[in-house]
Amino acid sequence: MLIQRPAGIASSEITDEQVYLNRRQFIRGAAGAAVGVATGGFALGGGRVAFAEGQDAIPNVTPGPFGTDETLNSFDDITSYNNYYEFGLDKRDPSRNAHTLTTEPWTIKVDGEVAKPADYHLEDLLKGVTLEERVYRLRCVEAWSMVVPWVGFPLSTLIDRFEPTGDAGFVEFTTAMRPSEMPGVRRQVLDWPYVEGLRLDEAMHPLTILVVGLYGKTLLNQNGAPIRLMMPWKYGFKSAKSIVQMRFTREQPRTAWNTSAPQEYGFYANVNPTVDHPRWSQKSERRIGRFFRQETLMFNGYGDQVASLYDGMDLRRFY
Amino acid sequence: MRAARIGDLGANPIEEITHETAIWTFQLLLATLAIAPIGYLTTWHRLMPARRMVGLFTFFYGCLHFATYVVLDWFFDVEAIVEDVVERPYITAGFTGFVLLIPLAVTSTRAMVRRLGSRRWQLLHRLVYVSATAGAAHFLWQAKADLRRPGLYAGLLAVPLGIRLWQRPIAFGPVGLDPTRKARHEVLPEPVENGGEA
Repeated sequence: MLIQRPAGIASSEITDEQVYLNRRQFIRGAAGAAVGVATGGFALGGGRVAFAEGQDAIPNVTPGPFGTDETLNSFDDITSYNNYYEFGLDKRDPSRNAHTLTTEPWTIKVDGEVAKPADYHLEDLLKGVTLEERVYRLRCVEAWSMVVPWVGFPLSTLIDRFEPTGDAGFVEFTTAMRPSEMPGVRRQVLDWPYVEGLRLDEAMHPLTILVVGLYGKTLLNQNGAPIRLMMPWKYGFKSAKSIVQMRFTREQPRTAWNTSAPQEYGFYANVNPTVDHPRWSQKSERRIGRFFRQETLMFNGYGDQVASLYDGMDLRRFY
Repeated sequence: MRAARIGDLGANPIEEITHETAIWTFQLLLATLAIAPIGYLTTWHRLMPARRMVGLFTFFYGCLHFATYVVLDWFFDVEAIVEDVVERPYITAGFTGFVLLIPLAVTSTRAMVRRLGSRRWQLLHRLVYVSATAGAAHFLWQAKADLRRPGLYAGLLAVPLGIRLWQRPIAFGPVGLDPTRKARHEVLPEPVENGGEA
């Protein structure tokens, strides 16, 4: 039997769109890696550009202040290398397990020393908020770091709405604790729920943001969806994820890591190369995707903005 | 794009390599230490000939782990490494454990056994228990919050260590003084017919 070859292009010869896109990504990634090697950057797994799958693009994001021109970490790195113990202790666990978290609907309970305590729906809180892209350095207490293009807005805009009383000195943030959706909280690794806190002036600082997105798209669960904190001059563990409660207090809140190991994790947890952690030198850090360590900067390089918050304080004692 | 990465070592390959070489070292160490008690408890000594090799593999993975730390993690930053060893207890312990393995590897040949004499050789090689204990401390002290895995490994280490201490009269006694009781299988990596000291 003679099978005639059809004119034109056989369907088998047409590159599948996904394959095509992957190929483009691969070429871009390879080019990035090559440039990295050529410039001595030795791009370990870096240089790739990846995009969120199934995440919605956030409209009307305006560029925000305090940016940096350092190379961004890839979407892949930022979403697969996470400390989010509610979803497991391995860095890769959150990316595997966090999809089970229900983030809609989401309410935040606001209470304590405020004129307007209430259970607020997240979408109501976000109405009228201008979302900005904030490219921040992120320094983990474990001596690694990333550069992340967050999408968020200053925490101060919400705090102003809640109208704290004159007695409010601190804000306590509580992360969701859902044993059915968070396998990590079934074990008492930390005293769940995860609690973090800030002095009110730190919370009101223009660098302090609430984050709802990453790389222009809605936040993935492993990064703390639907809403998380980000204070770039503090070690990462201060920036509580998946926030369900904000309480305004007179007293300094009892925070999760500080309660677990007070000699290792202070309440302030400002990035400080002169105060070592018992297990990690804080003098240097490894930027994810790079081979050589780099020096850690005081307040993670945000000293001009935040140093005055701590005037007169002994940062060796208040670490 | 995962496949494009170096293997699948994730976002922080150096950390991953550090952890993997550590786990291999500890597992091989446990295997090395299990061989004598298995013989002791079951009178089955067929594994004894392999002990030296397993021990040397332990040392080899220890070297890989140490090299990862020196080259990949710190890139020969001697000042930082010295500070690490002096100031951070878990590094001090790990470094101690590694250094103690060096004389054991060096004296692992038959010629060295002969040169040292079996008694001195045996006493020297008891250092493996000190090294292993240092290794367990290294593992436990590096843990941030979850002690399950280091705890499990420390518990597994306690078994051969406990058996060794239980055997104390033989183990730490005048081994070799009595020429008829040489416990040959402890000395030479050869199968023995009489079941050795068991």
